[in-house]
Amino acid sequence: MSNLAVEMAGKALKLGIPLSVHLDLTYRCNERCVHCYLDHHDHGEMSTAEIKDLLDQMAAAGVFYLTISGGEILMRRDFFEILEHARLRTFCIKLKTNGILIRKQEADRINALGVESVQISIYSHVPEVHDAITKLPGSLEQSIEAIRRLRAHGIHVVIANVLMAQNVTDYAGVRALAAELGAQFTMDPTITPMMDGDRSILDLNVDEAALREVFRNESLVGARIEEFCAPPQGPDADQLDMLPCSAGHTACYVSPYGDVYPCVQFPLPSGNVRSTKFVDIWRDSPQLNEVRSITLRDMPTCSKCTHGGTCSRCPGLAYLEGNMRGPSYQDCEKSYARTGIPSENLKARKASSQPYHSLRLVQIHGLHPTVEVFTAGVIENR
Amino acid sequence: MSSKRYVARSTAIAARVLGDETMVMSATNSTLFTLDEVATVIWESADGATPLEEIVAKKICTQYNITPEVALKDAEGFVESLAEHGLMLLSDKPIAQSTTALGKTK
Repeated sequence: MSNLAVEMAGKALKLGIPLSVHLDLTYRCNERCVHCYLDHHDHGEMSTAEIKDLLDQMAAAGVFYLTISGGEILMRRDFFEILEHARLRTFCIKLKTNGILIRKQEADRINALGVESVQISIYSHVPEVHDAITKLPGSLEQSIEAIRRLRAHGIHVVIANVLMAQNVTDYAGVRALAAELGAQFTMDPTITPMMDGDRSILDLNVDEAALREVFRNESLVGARIEEFCAPPQGPDADQLDMLPCSAGHTACYVSPYGDVYPCVQFPLPSGNVRSTKFVDIWRDSPQLNEVRSITLRDMPTCSKCTHGGTCSRCPGLAYLEGNMRGPSYQDCEKSYARTGIPSENLKARKASSQPYHSLRLVQIHGLHPTVEVFTAGVIENR
Repeated sequence: MSSKRYVARSTAIAARVLGDETMVMSATNSTLFTLDEVATVIWESADGATPLEEIVAKKICTQYNITPEVALKDAEGFVESLAEHGLMLLSDKPIAQSTTALGKTK
């Protein structure tokens, strides 16, 4: 972010303005990604008129950065009508899409409407790997074609590479592909729980060794890798009063059903624009005000953790783990992978875990035939 | 200046009033600009139909302690700078374009 953008964000914070909104138009999608956190059924999306009215309200409230996402945004037949309206309201617009439905006509219209960027997810440069993640045969080829069409207009395209167990070795290939296509490359090594709290997809997260390798890859992290991975010094007085992130402070999320949350990754219901004006939710929601009240100083363990000042702790992930003032173990694990130093929360979790028993052989006599199964260090007969 | 000059905000921009300033971003290269209070007055008045001279006389000189000559010279430089960045359109005739109503912070 440029200095000017930081300065304006600071001003928005001071004035209580929601500078950034992430708006999902739909949860419907033409892909079925293995790591997706959404329910793809339509449970009553906002109508075109409702979304246009919301855009008017958001512009009046001071929203400048508007991310339009989904689901797949082009699954909505009124997508371009909505985009056109957003353009008239002079938002700085970023689109997130898989690109499957962006053909020449769509690329031309997106170009004509002047968006800041289009982000497209590419999981691997290998079709078999990418298509196995999206569960849509031919999807890599179609997404790449969309990128080419957008780039032909000079549109800023961002390739987002979500790292998971299935594609952990492919990020260099995706990065090379991005360079070939003239697109920006970004990578996210975090799989988040589903919106309903289901944590089963977290099994797709890459393991600690892979994460450590990513954090020590100079081509990804940059030349200041030693500084990036250096042991943290603990939070100072200023850092204790710092805000965790922009969620609820200068940013929020609106679902296709009009529900307002602090962030797309922070599913704390804070109001609904179908019954309450956007600006009233933003200013008066008790939930958003509670989120705003949290500083590092309020977190009993994190405030005493050596990682406190440098950790990327996400309050939304902490909320999904049970307490928005509590730990986000996913971020603790990232801090550990980055520095090799366990956080206070990881130490506490380890201390409270079940006592470790050395390997033991349990044999149940008299049952035949027996099959030996090695499970978590315990050999059992079944 | 011998002829009237008309000014209109470009449609290829993102913009929002933030307190007494305005954030403007060029859609063509994502460069962010901020306009101060006086510049915001000109920006908001740039409807393509009102001559710059009239904007300066009615919106600037009535609000700020400045002579019309100096204010107009400043305004000329300002709109030309915006035009160079593709943020504003300049013409010696009224500019007809789709309205880009700005959202204002309340």
